Amino acid sequence: MIKSIPVAFIFIAGSFLIPFLKGRVKSVYMLSLPILAFINLIFLPKGLSWEIGFLDYTLILSRIDNLSLVFGYIFILITFIGMIYAIHVKDDIQHVAAFCYSGGALGVTFTGDLFSLYFFWELMAVASTFLILAQRTTDARRAAFRYFMWHFFGGVCLLAGIVLYVSTTGTIAFSYIGLSDLGTALIFVGFCLNAAIFPFHSWLPDVYPRATITGAVFMSAMTTKSAVYILARTYPGVEVLMWAGAFMTCFPIFYAVIANDMRRVLSYSLINQVGFMICGIGIGSQLAINGVVAHAFCHIIYKALLFMSMGAVLHMTGKIRATDLGGLYKYMPMTAIFCIIGAASISALPLFSGFISKSLTVAAVAENNQTIIWLMLLFASAGVFHHAGIKVPYFVFFGHDSGIKTCEPPFNMRLAMGIAAFICVFLGVYPAPLYSLLPFPVDYQPYTLFHVIGMLELLMFGALAFTILILSGFYPAELRAINLDTDWFLRIPGRAFIKFCGRPLKTIGDTLSSHISKMVAWACMAPAVSEIIEKKVDKIFHKILTAFPSAIYTWMKPLKTETREISWNLLYIFASFIFILFFILFLGG
Amino acid sequence: MKPGKPLNFLDAPETQKKFRKYFYIILCVLLIIDLAAFFLFERHGHFPWEEVPVFNAVYGFTACVGLIFIAKILRWIVKRKEGYYD
Repeated sequence: MIKSIPVAFIFIAGSFLIPFLKGRVKSVYMLSLPILAFINLIFLPKGLSWEIGFLDYTLILSRIDNLSLVFGYIFILITFIGMIYAIHVKDDIQHVAAFCYSGGALGVTFTGDLFSLYFFWELMAVASTFLILAQRTTDARRAAFRYFMWHFFGGVCLLAGIVLYVSTTGTIAFSYIGLSDLGTALIFVGFCLNAAIFPFHSWLPDVYPRATITGAVFMSAMTTKSAVYILARTYPGVEVLMWAGAFMTCFPIFYAVIANDMRRVLSYSLINQVGFMICGIGIGSQLAINGVVAHAFCHIIYKALLFMSMGAVLHMTGKIRATDLGGLYKYMPMTAIFCIIGAASISALPLFSGFISKSLTVAAVAENNQTIIWLMLLFASAGVFHHAGIKVPYFVFFGHDSGIKTCEPPFNMRLAMGIAAFICVFLGVYPAPLYSLLPFPVDYQPYTLFHVIGMLELLMFGALAFTILILSGFYPAELRAINLDTDWFLRIPGRAFIKFCGRPLKTIGDTLSSHISKMVAWACMAPAVSEIIEKKVDKIFHKILTAFPSAIYTWMKPLKTETREISWNLLYIFASFIFILFFILFLGG
Repeated sequence: MKPGKPLNFLDAPETQKKFRKYFYIILCVLLIIDLAAFFLFERHGHFPWEEVPVFNAVYGFTACVGLIFIAKILRWIVKRKEGYYD
C-alpha cells in the first residue's frame, strides 16, 4: 500500500496542476482533490508521523489527535463545498490560491512543531491575499495590501515570539504554551490577529467584503478558525481570552446593524461568532473546549452558506448593498431559503446546527459561574439573530422591492448551498455524529424543554423588537455610508506619519547636515583646528544624523503608494521581512 | 437563465398582516408554554434568574431594543461618506 502523506501537501502540490488542465477534466480533478485528501487522512496513523530532522530540531508534519482531526475534517469538507461553488470560475489563480490556502490551513492543523506552523501560517496569508487580488479592482488591490500588512505584522510577531520562545525553552513543540513572558505574549498577539480579536479585528470587515465571490467563502472558513484551533491548543484557560471573547461577541453586533454592505454584515457577525469560541477557549474546561470545536465545525458550514447565498446574489445582480437590494425572493426563492437556513443556524434556532453547538459553550460559562460573561453571551445570542438572522434575509430577499429582475444562480452554486444547508439542518436535528467527533466525551443534552423554550423566547421576542422597530420606522435606515473602525488609527495617522517622514523629518536632517559643521567651526574660533573638527564632525553628523531620517524616509516612501503594483509592494515587504528576520535572530541569538 | 415568473405571494398587505398575526400567536403560545412548564415541572438553572419564567423573553426584547438605540448612537459617531478613505 502507498504510504499516506501529510494532507496539506495534497492540496498544495495538487493545486499546481490546475492551470494545465482544461474543461471537464479540470472540474473533476478539483473536486477529487478534497476527496483524495479525506481518504488519505483516514489512512494517516494516529499520533505523530512524518518526523523530519531540521537543523537541531525535529519537524512534525502530521499529528493526528482528537482535536486536530475534527478541524481537518471540516477544512476538507468546506474546501469540497467551496470548490463545487467555485467550479464555474474560469480564473485559475483563484483555484490555485484557494487550494494553497486550504492546504495552509490543513498544514497548520496537523503540524506538530512551531517552525512548520509558521511556514503554513504565512502560506495562508499569502495565498488568501491572492483571493482578494483576483477581484482585479483598485479597491480590492488596496484592500489586499492592507490585509497583507496586517497579517505580515501578525506573522512578524509570531516569528519573533517563536524565536524567543525557542531560545528560552529549547523546544519547538507546538502544544500548550500559556502566557508567561515576552516571547509567549508575542506568539499570542500573532494568533490573536488571525482570530480577529479586538483591536486586531478590523482587517476582517475591511477585506472580506472586497474578496472575490468564491474567495470570501474560503476566507470565511479558514483564517479565523485555524487561529481558534491554535489558540485552543496553545492558550486554553487563559482568562484574558474569556473577556476578549465575550467582548468580541458584543461589539460587532452594533456595527453589523448599521453596515450597508451585506458581506460586511456577515463579516461582523463572523467576529461575533468567533467570540463565542474564543470565550470558550478562555474558560478552557472540557465542556468549553468541546463547545469551541463543535461551534467551529457548525460555524464554518453556516457562515460559508451565508457567504455563498450573498455571493450568489452578488453574482446574479452585481449588487450587495442593502440600499440596492430587496424583494429578491420573487426571483431567487431557492437562494432565499438557503439563506434563511443559514440565518436560522447562526441564530441558534432549535433544529438548526448553531443551537446544538453554541449551547455547549454557554453551558460551560454557566458551569464556571461567570455571571457577566453569561449575560454578555445571551445578549450576543439575541443580537446575532437580530442582524444576521433577520437583517440579512429581510433586506436582501424581502423588505422594499428594489425592482431588480434576475434569476437563480448556476446549478453548481445551488448545489453547494444545498449541501451546506442540508448539513446545517442534519446536525441540528441529529447532533450525535458531531458530538462523537469532539475531543472529549460529551455528556450534554441540548434538547430539553426549558432550553428550547428559553432559546425560542429569546429569539422570538428579539424578532418582535425588530418587527416593532421596523414598523415604527425607528430601525436605522440603510444608508450609503461607511463606518469607522479601529483601522482608522492606522489608515489616517499612518498617512500623516508617512507625510511626516517625507517632509519635516527630511528637512530636519538636511538642515542639520548643512549647518552643524559650520556651527562647530565657529565655536572653535581657530580656522586650522576647526577645519579638522569640521571634517570629523561632518563625517559623524552627515553620515549618521542625516542617514537616520533619510533611511526612514526611503524605507517608508513605497508604502505610500498603496495603488502601485502589488507585486512590487510584496517584494518590498519580503525584503523588509528578511531584514526583520535577521534583526530578530541577531537579538534572539 | 432568463428571469422566470416572479413569485408575488408576499406583496399583498393582507398576506403580510396574516404572517404578523401568526407570529404574534406563536409568541403567545411560547409564553403560555413557558408559564405552564413553570408550574408543572421543577426548573434547574445555574443562575437564579434562569428559574424565573419569561426571563428570556424580556431579556431578548430589551436587548434588541437597547441594541438599536446604541447602534443609532454609534452610527452618529462613526458614520462617514463612502469615499472617506480615498
